[in-house]
Amino acid sequence: MRMKNQLLLGDEAIAQAAIDAGLSGMYAYPGTPSTEIMEYIQSSPAAAERKIHREWSSNEKTAMEAALGMSYAGKRAMVAMKHVGLNVAADSFINSAMTGINGGLIVVSADDPSMHSSQNEQDSRFYAKFAYLPCFEPSDQQEAYDMIFDAFELSEKYKVPVLFRITTRLAHSRAGVSLARESMPQKKMKLPADPVQFVLLPAIARKKYRSLLSTYETIRLDARISRFNSFKDNRHRDLGIIACGISYNYLMENLNEASVSYPVLKISAYPFPADLIKDITGRCKELLVLEEGYPIIEEGLRGILDNGIKIYGRMDGTIPRDGELNPSIVARALGMPVSPIKKVPDLVKMRPPSFCKGCGHSDTFLALTEALKKYGPGRVFSDIGCYTLGALPPYNAINSCVDMGASVTMAIGAADAGLFPSVAVIGDSTFTHSGMTGLLDAVNKNSSVTIIISDNSTTGMTGGQKSAATGKLEQICAGIGVSPDHIKVIVPLRKNHDENVEIMKKEFEYKGVSVIISSRECIQTAARRKKSEAARE
Amino acid sequence: MKNDIILSGVGGQGILSIAAVIGFAAVEKNLFLKQSEVHGMSQRGGDVQSHLRLSDTPIASDLIPHGHADLIISVEPMEALRYLPWLSDQGWIITNSEPFINISNYPPADKIIEEIRKITNNIVIDADKIAKETGSARAGNIVVLGAASPYISIPYESLENGVRKLFGKKGEEIVEMNLRALKAGRDFTKKNSPK
Repeated sequence: MRMKNQLLLGDEAIAQAAIDAGLSGMYAYPGTPSTEIMEYIQSSPAAAERKIHREWSSNEKTAMEAALGMSYAGKRAMVAMKHVGLNVAADSFINSAMTGINGGLIVVSADDPSMHSSQNEQDSRFYAKFAYLPCFEPSDQQEAYDMIFDAFELSEKYKVPVLFRITTRLAHSRAGVSLARESMPQKKMKLPADPVQFVLLPAIARKKYRSLLSTYETIRLDARISRFNSFKDNRHRDLGIIACGISYNYLMENLNEASVSYPVLKISAYPFPADLIKDITGRCKELLVLEEGYPIIEEGLRGILDNGIKIYGRMDGTIPRDGELNPSIVARALGMPVSPIKKVPDLVKMRPPSFCKGCGHSDTFLALTEALKKYGPGRVFSDIGCYTLGALPPYNAINSCVDMGASVTMAIGAADAGLFPSVAVIGDSTFTHSGMTGLLDAVNKNSSVTIIISDNSTTGMTGGQKSAATGKLEQICAGIGVSPDHIKVIVPLRKNHDENVEIMKKEFEYKGVSVIISSRECIQTAARRKKSEAARE
Repeated sequence: MKNDIILSGVGGQGILSIAAVIGFAAVEKNLFLKQSEVHGMSQRGGDVQSHLRLSDTPIASDLIPHGHADLIISVEPMEALRYLPWLSDQGWIITNSEPFINISNYPPADKIIEEIRKITNNIVIDADKIAKETGSARAGNIVVLGAASPYISIPYESLENGVRKLFGKKGEEIVEMNLRALKAGRDFTKKNSPK
C-alpha cells in the first residue's frame, strides 16, 4: 500500500523510512553529505510523537556506541555519518559485527567522491567487507526508502548491523518517493537472550568470530540481498555491464537513448552476488564495470593475474581512476556519441567559498597572523571546519588540516621536535569531537603549545547544528588540567585586535600549555536565532 | 516533455528558492523531477549550482549530461557562463545582469555580458533593479525565475502556486511581493524576446 509521492532528498528518504520502520533512536554527528538525515528526524512531527531519541552526539564513535546500546535494549537504532566519520567510529563499528545486535541496527555512511566537502574519497563498501557485514547501496531515492525496511529486517534476522552506503549525489538529490501508508510500531524493550552476547572476552570473541564468518556466507543468499541485485540479459553480448549503486542511473540515462542495449547486472547489495557475476561473465565477451568510488568489484574480478576476459573500468583508464561518475563519463565508456561541449570562457574565474562578512574566525586569524609575524611562517596546525578557509588568501594563516582533532596533537608532536611557537587552531565543536583527549596529552607532558579554540558556539560548516561545547569550554580546559592562568578568553572583534594580538604573543612565550578561547557566535547562527526569536514575540 | 535546467549563482543568492518553487509546481502537475544540488559548505560567497530535471516520464540520472541542458537560469552573470558545457545547442541562458563581486579578479562586467550574448538564445535581465521596483531588493531570484518561466514546460499558474507555497509561512505581503517579482520577470521576457 503506497501513499502519494513526496519530494525527498536521498538523506530524507532514509530518515523517513527509518521513522516508518519503527526507529527508536537516531544518533549522528554532522558531516556533509549525511547531515540532513538527523535534521529531518529532528524536525519530523512523527518522530516527536513517537519520542524517537534524536540528539546530536559529540562524535561518530559516541553516536555508533549509543546506537549499539539502543540495539542492545532490543529497539531499532540508526546512526549516520559522513565517510571519514566512519574512521572515527571504526572501532565500535568493526566490533559491533562481533557482538552482533539485538534490535535492528543500520549504520549510514555517506561517501563524498570528488571531495565536494571532504578530505578524501574513501569508499565505505570496504568497511562492510572489512567487518564482514552486509551493505546496501541504493541507486535512487525510492530504493533508499524501500531498502531501509529490508535492512532492519536483515539486521534482526542475522543479528548483525547493516552498513548503508550512499554517495553525495544521492544524499543531496531530491526526487519523488512514494511512502508506506502505515508506519510500523516501535519495538518494546527486550534484553538480549544471551547475557554475554556483548562481552567480547577472547574466549567468547573467538566463537563469535566463527559465527560471523559463517553468517556472512549465509547472508549472501538471503532474498533481502538478492532482490536488490538483478541481471537483465540481452542479445547483444559483445559487452556485459556491471553497474553498482547510483552508477546504474547514469548507465540507464545513456541506454535509454541508445540504439543497442547490453546485458546489465545491477548491484545494490553486498556481499556481492557471485552467482550473477559468474553468469554475466560467462555470457559476455567483454565487461564494463561502473562503480561510484573505488574499483572494488573490478579489482575482485581482475584478481592479481588479470588474465580473464577483457574488463573495462577505472583500472584500465576507460573511466577516470578518481572522482565521481556522471552520465557523460559513462557515455564515453560506452563509446556513445557525445554532443559537442561548449567551453567555459577564459574570463570566468574561480569563486571559492569565503568567510562570511563579519565572521569571528577571520578576526581570530588576523590577530594570529600578526602575533606570529616575528616568528615566521609554518607554525599553525588547524582542523576541520569553516576556519579551514584560513588556509586561503588573503589569510594564508594555517599549515595543516588532516582530521578532526589533529591540530592539537600535531602541535604537540611538532613542539616535541622543537618547533616554537607551536600553535593549534581548532573549532569548538571539533574540540569536543576529538580535541579534548589531545589536550590531555599536552597537559600530561607539559607541552609548549598554544591551543586557540575558535569558538563560534555552533557546528558552522554543516549548517549550524548545536555544538556540544557551547558554554563549557573554560570548564573543560580547566578540568583537563590547563592552568587557569593560561586559559584566556578573548572576543574576536576588530576593536579588540591589538589587545588580542598581545594576549596571543604572551601565551606563545609561555613554556607550557595555554588555551585561548576566541569566542564570538557564528553570524549565520546569530541571524537565524534573532529571526526565530523575533517570530516568537 | 523534458526540461533539463541548470540553476546557478553565488551562495546566499537564493537559487534553492528557485528550485523549490519549480519543485512544488512540478509536484502539482504530477511531473517526474530530480534536483541535485551541491550545498555542502554553508559558507557564503562560493559558486553554487543545482541540476533540475523535469519530465513526464521517469528520469534516470540525477545529473544532467554535458550538452543537454535546455536552460541555464542564473542569478549572477559570470556564474551563468561557468555551466556552458552543460548547455545544449538550442539551449537558453536566462541570467541576472547584476554581478556579485566578491573576488579581486572579477572580470569586467561588460565582457561577461558580451560572452553571454554570444549564445544565440539569451535573456539578460537586471533582476535586482526590477526586484526593487516591485517592492523587495531580495526578490531578484524570483524575477529571474519569472524571466525563465516562458521556457519552463510548466503552466505559469503552477509556478505562482509554488511561490505561494514557498513563501506562505511568511505572510500574504511577502507572497504578493514575490508574485509581483515573478510577473515582472515574465513580462520582461515577453516584451524583449518574441520567441
